[in-house]
Amino acid sequence: MSATEGLSDLDTGPGRLANRLDTVDLAASTPDDEQPYAELGLRADEYDRIRGILGRRPTTAELAMYSVMWSEHCSYKSSKVHLRRFGDLPPSDALLVGIGENAGVVDVGDGYAVTFKVESHNHPSYVEPYQGAATGVGGIVRDILTMGARPVAVMDSLRFGRADAPDTARVLPGVVAGVGGYGNCLGLPNIGGELLFDDCYAGNPLVNALCVGVMRHEDVRLAKAEGVGNKAVLFGARTGGDGIGGVSVLASETFDDAADGERGPAKRPAVQVGDPFTEKLLIEACLEIFAADLVTGIQDLGGAGLSCATSELASAGTGGMHVDLDTVPLRDSTLTPAEILMSESQERMCAIVEPAKVDAFLAVCRRWDVLATVIGEVTDGERLTVDWHGERIVDVPPRTVAHEGPVYERPMRRPADLDALQADDPARLPAPSGPDELRAAWLAVVSSPDGADKSWVTEQYDRYVRGNTVQAGPEDAGVVRIDEVTHRGIALALDGNARFARLDPYTGAQLNLAEAYRNVAVSGAVPLAVTNCLNFGSPEEPEVMWQFAEAVRGLADGCRELGLPVTGGNVSLYNQTGDVPINPTPVIGVLGVHADVRRRVPTGWRAAGETVLLLGETRPEFGGSAWASVVHGHLGGRPPALDLPAERALGGLLAALSAAGLVSSAHDLADGGLAQALTESALRYGVGATLTLPGEPFPTLFSESVARAVVTTSDAGAVRAAAERAGVPVTELGTTGGAALTAGELELSLDELRAAWSATLPALFGSPADAVGTVPAGTVPTS
Amino acid sequence: MRIGVLTFPGSLDDVDAARAIRLAGGEPVPLWHGDHDLKDVDAVVLPGGFSYGDYLRAGAIAARSPLMRDVVAAAGGGLPVLGICNGFQVLCEAGLLPGALTRNSHLHFRNRDQGLLVERADTAWTSAYTTGQTIVVPVKNGEGRYVAAPADLDRIEGEGRVVVRYTGGNPNGSSRDIAGVTSADGRVVGLMPHPEHAVEALTGPSTDGLGFFTSVLSAMVTS
Repeated sequence: MSATEGLSDLDTGPGRLANRLDTVDLAASTPDDEQPYAELGLRADEYDRIRGILGRRPTTAELAMYSVMWSEHCSYKSSKVHLRRFGDLPPSDALLVGIGENAGVVDVGDGYAVTFKVESHNHPSYVEPYQGAATGVGGIVRDILTMGARPVAVMDSLRFGRADAPDTARVLPGVVAGVGGYGNCLGLPNIGGELLFDDCYAGNPLVNALCVGVMRHEDVRLAKAEGVGNKAVLFGARTGGDGIGGVSVLASETFDDAADGERGPAKRPAVQVGDPFTEKLLIEACLEIFAADLVTGIQDLGGAGLSCATSELASAGTGGMHVDLDTVPLRDSTLTPAEILMSESQERMCAIVEPAKVDAFLAVCRRWDVLATVIGEVTDGERLTVDWHGERIVDVPPRTVAHEGPVYERPMRRPADLDALQADDPARLPAPSGPDELRAAWLAVVSSPDGADKSWVTEQYDRYVRGNTVQAGPEDAGVVRIDEVTHRGIALALDGNARFARLDPYTGAQLNLAEAYRNVAVSGAVPLAVTNCLNFGSPEEPEVMWQFAEAVRGLADGCRELGLPVTGGNVSLYNQTGDVPINPTPVIGVLGVHADVRRRVPTGWRAAGETVLLLGETRPEFGGSAWASVVHGHLGGRPPALDLPAERALGGLLAALSAAGLVSSAHDLADGGLAQALTESALRYGVGATLTLPGEPFPTLFSESVARAVVTTSDAGAVRAAAERAGVPVTELGTTGGAALTAGELELSLDELRAAWSATLPALFGSPADAVGTVPAGTVPTS
Repeated sequence: MRIGVLTFPGSLDDVDAARAIRLAGGEPVPLWHGDHDLKDVDAVVLPGGFSYGDYLRAGAIAARSPLMRDVVAAAGGGLPVLGICNGFQVLCEAGLLPGALTRNSHLHFRNRDQGLLVERADTAWTSAYTTGQTIVVPVKNGEGRYVAAPADLDRIEGEGRVVVRYTGGNPNGSSRDIAGVTSADGRVVGLMPHPEHAVEALTGPSTDGLGFFTSVLSAMVTS
């Protein structure tokens, strides 16, 4: 039974007169009425606790509010006890607003503040790929806007089942079109992200979207309802029947494996529908409202809709709040009050406005054609009350809805198969030797769906709008200018290697942190702060809960070691198909700052005759590597050894080289090792290299040892000297130039590399180029 | 030299157009779709974006906005007007330029760095180029396929109304690789690619787009 069915049952169900409104008075006088709490995703003990808080049974509307707000998605009830580790990190001077608000805020210098966050929209994107992904972008953009910032860029981190699986052909094109369709229409450049494939995501793709926004320090806004008599204004889109129960039914349950093709359509009403045009107007109206200082508090309506916005605003503020639900503008006049409270219709915000400023507020909204309605006000006392047709249908302490939901210490158990998995050392795998085998392995890795050219995806995203994009995918980090006069800017990277996390979630989370840190550092930026999106299976599985706890512990320890604060994050649980959880996938975002974006370092080689240097140390490490996965379908052993002091040393060196203008390119080494990095640097502008590989070619080319980067320079002596001072090992690899990558007898022409690297995704998902042609006669308008 | 940038609800590249005008040496003047006020500007740029969400035909609603009536009237009197992407769609919908822009033949939004062949270097917006010059500017659209009836295409080409043509690949299936066209008097120009995204080496694939904006400034000095 779906949540909406549960609600309609409740309105006409046993023990109740059909069509009779379930008021607070009625609830008090009919304590024994049965209520469909289980269908709404609540446990019996949670339902009992609600009865205890209220001293009576909840009304239909109250039950709806608690059910969505106490869902895993909104309450973090399984993850909260672990996430405290992030709050326990040492205070950071860079952090202006920490965890707990819609998004953390970081000082990036010159009076600028940056807010950034990643959020998942995994289950909706599986059920309805286009709208699921589109509204994922819309939701995270509103979170950033809510902090007072102008959103300036987005990124997307996507994971699907096997690239050649039939369902991937259904899900991936829709997700990409949705991310693009929404972000493009909103006018936000997409500056990078990830696209990866693994069978574990076949029934549960991951769609994580990041947004970053910029403001002045003094412009930070918080979600609070303060000042008795201040008005609550709902503005943006009308409220409709879409997305009802999205957070409880979709985001906080696993999909039923047995349900086959039925499961998509059956849950589709729980997916929201996006309108990026309205969101664009909402952004411009909000920024004008902020600039004129017309709000005292603001909250976006995302998961759990009005239930969330009103209870969170009231809970964080000083008093209570009263809402007249009849005033909420509706798209569908037949919605019940409970549905209005649960609806996740997009493109809505709720502001707290002083009475004297309401007219000015409404005037700004009119100018932008944004519908705005006073729906209630801040009240004395500590109750959130909601009326419908003159009768009281909600009367609750808001903190119990928003901030005092259940907290669980779920049982944890190290996965039973982990010892065997870690013992399955990839050293036993046959390694390529000789030029022919090395060439075959090289081409296999770079042409694999994970390693291949991603422009089939990125060409569907606008990377130019707003004119401040200095770097976007396929660069290692997205770089955005934030000041045209001082040239100050920011760099962002998102990384989440799930193979490493499967082999060792504690180390894997740190390796992902290290990779995102390194990706920001190769651009020349100084890493400043961390966000995360933690995608895991069901928390009710002790083995999954162990993976989650280990990953959080790892990330917290890694951040402490690197001296970086965690500014916030998002947890997505119940990512599994039937009994099989996804590989633990902690996606880590690192924000860095560029004092002068003109000094940014790109990944591609542009000139011949430059020296190619490898920074860092290579060990034979193949556990969880792209080579083992692509060539042998193998996942086992230990992930590469973590070395955060080496990452710090490398990061410091790269920033110094960038500032001194000593390197013309820098590319981090990660999935696919040196072979992948050389291929990408060479193909970027079609400049090859002649190389001498140190030691055994196989580990040199395919090991995934950490804390490494390839740089090119016209002043190798100066780079060597700087590296020596920083304590970073340097190995000379060769010289750029020519139309091939050549290492002794091993030679790959750029033409064959490009053919292998760029053909994969178009072959799987259709080549737009194939469809381009002249318009057939007869299909054109006869003007 | 004052150049207006018209913002419709859903315009996105208005900040970029204003920056390009500034970098070319002009003064960008914000214009609002709902006002009947051209603010005495010397030329107008209709920027890219998704006016009114493009939920009807792209540009159809914006073409009927209050200020567009003034733009159409002023263009009749020789006011230079440049429509970029959504702005080009608006100009076609407003009847200032021939043809129409429809869904890309491959049905995807596509953003790439695009080669363009300049065929007319004598319009108000292209005098900084030479005929036959190849430039590189970004293209990014979902509904950028230029179409017209074959007889109209023959006439447009015969009258030399094609300003820029795609070269090195046609990104959207436009008829005869047409990327941009002009009015008979060479004062109104529309194109799908984005010259305003190619005005700084730091953020664009080239600075080839700056010429559109320097052209109109020198055209105004001359006239």
